[in-house]
Amino acid sequence: MKTFVTRRVVIRLLWVLCFGAAGFVVYAWRSAIPPADLPSADSFDAETIRRGAQLAALGNCATCHTAPAGETFAGGRAVATPFGTIYSTNITPDLTTGIGRWSRAAFERAMREGVDREGAHLYPAFPYDHYTLLTDADSAALYAFMMTRQPVEGRTPDNHLPFPLNMRFILAGWKLLFFREGRYQPDTTHDAQWNRGAYLANGIGHCGACHTPRNSLGAEIRTRHFAGGEAEGWRAYAINSDSQSYEAWNADALHSFLREGWHEQHGDAHGPMAPVTHNLASAADSDVQAMAAYVASVMGKPAPGRHQDAATDPPSNDAGAAIYAATCASCHDGTRPLPFGGVKLTLSTAATGETPTNLIKVILDGLHPPEGTAGAIMPGFSSTLTDGQLESLVSYIRANFGARPPWTGVDTSVREARSRLSD
Amino acid sequence: MIELKVNGRSHSVSADPDTPLLYVLRDDLQLNAAKFGCGLGQCGSCTVLVDGAPTLSCVTPIMLLEGRQITTLEGLGTLEDPGPLQRAFIEEQAAQCGYCIPGMMMRAQALLERNPHASDAEIRAQLEPNLCRCGTHMRILQAVRRAATLMAGPGPSPGTVVTHAPSAAGPQVDSSDAEADAREDARSRPAHSERRERPER
Repeated sequence: MKTFVTRRVVIRLLWVLCFGAAGFVVYAWRSAIPPADLPSADSFDAETIRRGAQLAALGNCATCHTAPAGETFAGGRAVATPFGTIYSTNITPDLTTGIGRWSRAAFERAMREGVDREGAHLYPAFPYDHYTLLTDADSAALYAFMMTRQPVEGRTPDNHLPFPLNMRFILAGWKLLFFREGRYQPDTTHDAQWNRGAYLANGIGHCGACHTPRNSLGAEIRTRHFAGGEAEGWRAYAINSDSQSYEAWNADALHSFLREGWHEQHGDAHGPMAPVTHNLASAADSDVQAMAAYVASVMGKPAPGRHQDAATDPPSNDAGAAIYAATCASCHDGTRPLPFGGVKLTLSTAATGETPTNLIKVILDGLHPPEGTAGAIMPGFSSTLTDGQLESLVSYIRANFGARPPWTGVDTSVREARSRLSD
Repeated sequence: MIELKVNGRSHSVSADPDTPLLYVLRDDLQLNAAKFGCGLGQCGSCTVLVDGAPTLSCVTPIMLLEGRQITTLEGLGTLEDPGPLQRAFIEEQAAQCGYCIPGMMMRAQALLERNPHASDAEIRAQLEPNLCRCGTHMRILQAVRRAATLMAGPGPSPGTVVTHAPSAAGPQVDSSDAEADAREDARSRPAHSERRERPER
């Protein structure tokens, strides 16, 4: 009797599972949008294309959609995620390998719903969770810009994702849990410039894709908006009230930093932020001003007592002090002006920030602006500093310039950064 | 005293621990291949190898180097028996003024030790941090390709460091005649000592 009941329960459960699975497949299914003819360049007006170019700069599109030394927008750049490697796609209007057969509706669906022309769900490495905010007009302008680029024929590599993450239909489940489709809704308690900035920063600018922490399934944690995240092995610092910057940011400083990749009170944009600022240099100035005003408002006033956490008497660290004096001080503590000297480390978020990641990476790798771009230069010290020497140095810089409680896990961060170096 | 292992030999050095390696090599050990260019770690003319990895000796204090294997251009061969990389640079006449060449060669040596079949793109990427203001770039690339071939053939393996006593082995190989003049010039130039900026102590 007992066996019979158990069997009945199991059979019922199997039915539920089957129906559930079938229901999910139906839920996950998206139809293909028929291939369209490539619209001719003169079907778009010049002003729309120009606006699209500015949006593409604000969105940093070219950085992910261009392989190292590859053709712009032809894709193929490896984007390392905690789940595997995803390769950016060719978004030039090539008819076979690009998006040349995508109608405006197909483009808009990809931007707003994360579904490609054939109906496959897109991985959220493509930040459609942000682009869904775009207005019809901006989406159309971006389409006009992309469809009038030079087509480049080139297939991009297949993603390296383990089963079952390589099954795109399961992304429908991810979207159900974490993705909210919808255009930007203005906040009437703020002025027009703030709303413009919020629309751009959270939409096309997708600041939160790096600066907001993600949960174990790779979705941004909405309640911790701008609280600091990770990007390509770098720390994307908190840009809300948790900001650890020594000098509090304001709209003017942010505007200047975003435009020029540099601010004298804050230092230099590097890692994945460097190309962002490089692109923002060609965006519309009023748009960058609006984003700066919005982000400054999110940061608000710095938490009181932020500078009083410092150990008043830094622990003695003779090894770190000696390495700093011999290796770093001639540039960072000297009298030479920039660019022959380095930024004062008291102003550097690398020393005051939430994690030691960026400080360690910069000491090991140095700073090397990409070919043809201006930026700070620093030699790397990976070949000379042992892990132990580097740990002493990092702890010394934290205590004496960061003036914050010590970081934990410096040794782990050093090993991680070192292993990435040999990639 | 700090013990430095340079080109397979140990040296006890009495210089201050925060002295950049470049000054110790040139002033104390008379190993003059590595050059003082910018003094800021930005031009590459001071490049040597530390445990096989290219290192800017002008910004590296010797206190970091105890027990590490340092290789300078002098360690790759002698005038009588130049190493494959040196032969390749001579055969391709890859130097014009020659000032950048020792740094270029050390960076190329590090690449070929790690990757004997480096592609053109890899050679270019490897040499990219080193600056040359003359214009023998194409010959430098040819010389590195030739060196890869020479290293692959019979003879010492790419990783071999030829140890020699500078006094016993006679004059050391330099990459060009002009370079010896440049070296002499650098020694007598008063600006040289003025440019030795040190942290204030």
